Amino acid sequence: MSDDRPVIARLEGVSKRYGAVKALDGLDLDVRRGEVLAVLGPNGAGKTTSIALLLGLLRPDIGKVSLFDMTPTARAVRERCGVMLQVSRMPEPITVREHVELFSSYYPHPLPLSETLRLAGLTEVAERRFGKLSGGQQQRLKFALALCGDPELLFLDEPTAALDVEARRQLWDVIRARVARGTTVLLTTHYLEEADALADRIVVVDHGKLVVAGSPAEIKARSAGRRIRCVTHVPAESVARMAGVKDVARHGAALEILTTRAEPVLRELLSQDPDLSDLEVSGAGLEQAFLALTRQPQKEAA
Amino acid sequence: MNTVSAVVVRPFAATARIYLLEARSELLRVWRTPGFAIPTLLFPAMFYLFFGVLLAKGEHGAEQSLYALGGLGSFGVMTPGLFGFGVGFALDRGLGWLQVKRASPMPPAAYLLAKVLMAILFAGIVSAMLCCMAAFLGHVSLAPGQWLTLLVTLVLGSIPFCALGLAVGAWAKPQSAPAVVNLIYLPMSFLSGLWMPLQFLPAFMQKLATLFPAYHLGRLAYAATGVQATERLPHVLALAGFTVGFLLLAARGYRRNPPSNG
Repeated sequence: MSDDRPVIARLEGVSKRYGAVKALDGLDLDVRRGEVLAVLGPNGAGKTTSIALLLGLLRPDIGKVSLFDMTPTARAVRERCGVMLQVSRMPEPITVREHVELFSSYYPHPLPLSETLRLAGLTEVAERRFGKLSGGQQQRLKFALALCGDPELLFLDEPTAALDVEARRQLWDVIRARVARGTTVLLTTHYLEEADALADRIVVVDHGKLVVAGSPAEIKARSAGRRIRCVTHVPAESVARMAGVKDVARHGAALEILTTRAEPVLRELLSQDPDLSDLEVSGAGLEQAFLALTRQPQKEAA
Repeated sequence: MNTVSAVVVRPFAATARIYLLEARSELLRVWRTPGFAIPTLLFPAMFYLFFGVLLAKGEHGAEQSLYALGGLGSFGVMTPGLFGFGVGFALDRGLGWLQVKRASPMPPAAYLLAKVLMAILFAGIVSAMLCCMAAFLGHVSLAPGQWLTLLVTLVLGSIPFCALGLAVGAWAKPQSAPAVVNLIYLPMSFLSGLWMPLQFLPAFMQKLATLFPAYHLGRLAYAATGVQATERLPHVLALAGFTVGFLLLAARGYRRNPPSNG
C-alpha cells in the first residue's frame, strides 16, 4: 500500500446515534487520493450513515469529518464530488437528457453532455423519461448525475443494490472505466463480490465499528478460507475447538466446517474418526467468508 | 489549508442558468404529471362552469356568477402550492431525492424558488381561465382595473399556500402527505366561504373562518370584484402573518424530520 497518497476524505472517531440506535461508534476512515475504497458490511452496519456524514447531510454527535481539508458542506467541496445515493423516488416525467443537463449546470467544469451520456451508457435512451427506464438504466442515470461534474471524488452508496447480475456487471464496467481515469471512489456495498471486483482497499464495518481493513486479497485470506463437508460422528463442539476453525454447522449427519486452512483440521478429524465419509473440501464462498468475518466480533463479545 | 478556494464566487450567468434549468425541470415535472396538471387546471374551471354559469340563472344569477369568481378563484390558486409544492416536497424529502440535491452544489434557494414559480404560473393560468369564463360565459363585467386587481390578488395569493404546503411537506410522511393536504384543503375552502357565503353558516363557524388563510384571500378577492366593500390591509397583513408562521413551522418540521431515503 502506498500510504503516502494524501487523504482527501476523513472520518475521525465519529459516532452517530438515531435515538437508541448507535449507527456509528467511534469510526475512523481515510480515503486516499486515487484509491477505490469499499466500505463493506451487512444492512444496518452504518455504511450509509458514514456517507451521509462525509457529505455533510448529517452532523456527527462526536468526532470530526473533513473533505479536502474543508468542512463537507462547503460549496467548493461539493463542486469536487459526485454523489450516487440510494433514492426511492426521482422525478419520473423528466428525461435522461434533462436530468443530466440540470445536474451539469451545478458544476463549474462539467463534462460535455454527450460525454456523460456515453460514459454512463445512456446515449440511446437520452430522450426517455426516468419513469420509463429499466432498473439498470435508472441506476446508470444516477451514476451519470454523480459523474457529470467531472468529480475528483465519487461517492457510490450501494450502487448495484437490487440489480440483476447482467445490469450489475454493466454498471461495474462503467465505474471501472471512470476509475481508470484516476477518480477516487468511496463505495459502500454489502456484496463482497462487488468490493472485490472494484476496490483496491476494503474496510469491513459492522455495528458502526471497523472490523477489519485491507486489500481484497488480505480480506479474503483473513476470513475463513476453506469449507469442509463430511459425514462424521465427531461432535461439532470438539471440531469448533480445533485450530483455525471459524464456524461449524451440522446438517443432518453431515458437518460443515469453515476454516482458514483445511489440512490441520482434516488430519485431526481423520485421527479422531477413521470412518469419516463423503469428504468434500472447497474454497469458501465469498459470502460465507464475509459472514464469518462480521460474525466474529459478536462471538468474542458473547 | 486551501480554504481560499471555498470563497470563489459562482459567476452570475452560471447561477442564472441553474435557476432557469431548475425552474424548467419543475415545470416539466408537474406539466407531465396528468394527475396534478389536469385537476389543478380543470377542476376550478369545471366548478365555475357549474356554479358560476349553469346554475347561475334567474334573479340572483349575475350575483352568483360574480361571487363564484372570487370564491372559486381563491380555491383554484390554493391547489398548486398545496399539492404541487407541498406533496412534491414531502416526497422529495422522504424518499431520497432531496438528499441527492443537497449533496450537490445546487443553491438550495433554486430548488424552492422553482417550486414557488411553478405555483405562481399555475395560479396565473387558473385565474386567467376563470376570468375569461366569467366574462364570456357568466356575463360578469368588471372595470379593467378590477380585473387586474383580481388577477394580481389571486396570483400573489397562491404564495401563502406554498408556505402552508412547505410546512405540510416538512412534517407529513411522504405516503400520507396527499391525505393531509386534502384534509386541510377541502374543509378550509368550505369553512372560509369560498363555496358559499358565510352568512349561510352558523355564527360560531363564521368567527372560526378568520383562523384560515383561505378566508382572508377570499375577502381580498371579493373586495377586488366588488362583492364586498372590505378594508384590505387587515387581510393582507393576516396573509403575510400566516406565510411567516407557516415558514417557521416548516423550518421546525424540517429540523425535526430531516430528509431521508425512506
